[in-house]
Amino acid sequence: MSDSIINLSYNIPANDFTFAGEASSNVKKMLSQLGINPMVIKRAAIAMYEAEINAVIHGGGGIADIQISPEKIFICIKDEGPGIPDVEVAMQEGYSTAPEYIREMGFGAGMGLPNIKRYADELQIDTEVGKGTTVKITININ
Amino acid sequence: MKIRDIARILDAEIVVDAGNLDLDVNCACGSDLMSDVMAYVKENVVLLTGLVNPQVVRTAEMMDIKVVVFVRGKNLNQTITDLAKDKGITILTTKHPMFIACGKLYSAGLTGRGVWD
Repeated sequence: MSDSIINLSYNIPANDFTFAGEASSNVKKMLSQLGINPMVIKRAAIAMYEAEINAVIHGGGGIADIQISPEKIFICIKDEGPGIPDVEVAMQEGYSTAPEYIREMGFGAGMGLPNIKRYADELQIDTEVGKGTTVKITININ
Repeated sequence: MKIRDIARILDAEIVVDAGNLDLDVNCACGSDLMSDVMAYVKENVVLLTGLVNPQVVRTAEMMDIKVVVFVRGKNLNQTITDLAKDKGITILTTKHPMFIACGKLYSAGLTGRGVWD
């Protein structure tokens, strides 16, 4: 991998559960092409996919910006949804505000943010009620 | 255990053959909850699920899961099978319910545990 930084950007459509995950899929493909360690790729893919699904479910869609440098993968997913009133509570496994039809899709069991935290080396959540949420995930490559 | 053995043990129909029927898997994950699947990473795993939507295939892709078994005789739509073909994931369907399907595979020797749990 060269020393250059790769920037990727994707639109995440709202409430499209067929397309949801496509941005994460593309990033995973790119990381594979760069020859990054498969376990690092898996951690990045899962963390980004959970955040992408969250943006689809809760955020009314959003934007994913990714920076890949020789040292780390930085994933920023920004939505303009309702925001998270209490991040500490939202980080608890099992806590969910997702509606029933989302649970029927196999998500919304309150594992999204905990899973992101589990696989990220750094996780920052900036959120404001009524304005939206930005999830910043860093995965170290080495 | 090879994927073709899983198909035989579960009397499963091979709906999508991704050309990996001789791939060895050594553990299984049975769940209808995709976030649970992603919480416990395993290697060389078969996913069994009763959930029928494209996000099952997406989850398998993120987890490098190369074979998914849909249990309880679920009918799959073309969106799911097309996505699986695109991602190189073999899809099996069995009429057995989840518990029986998992039990049959476990009894046949598929007893490996995850690497991170």
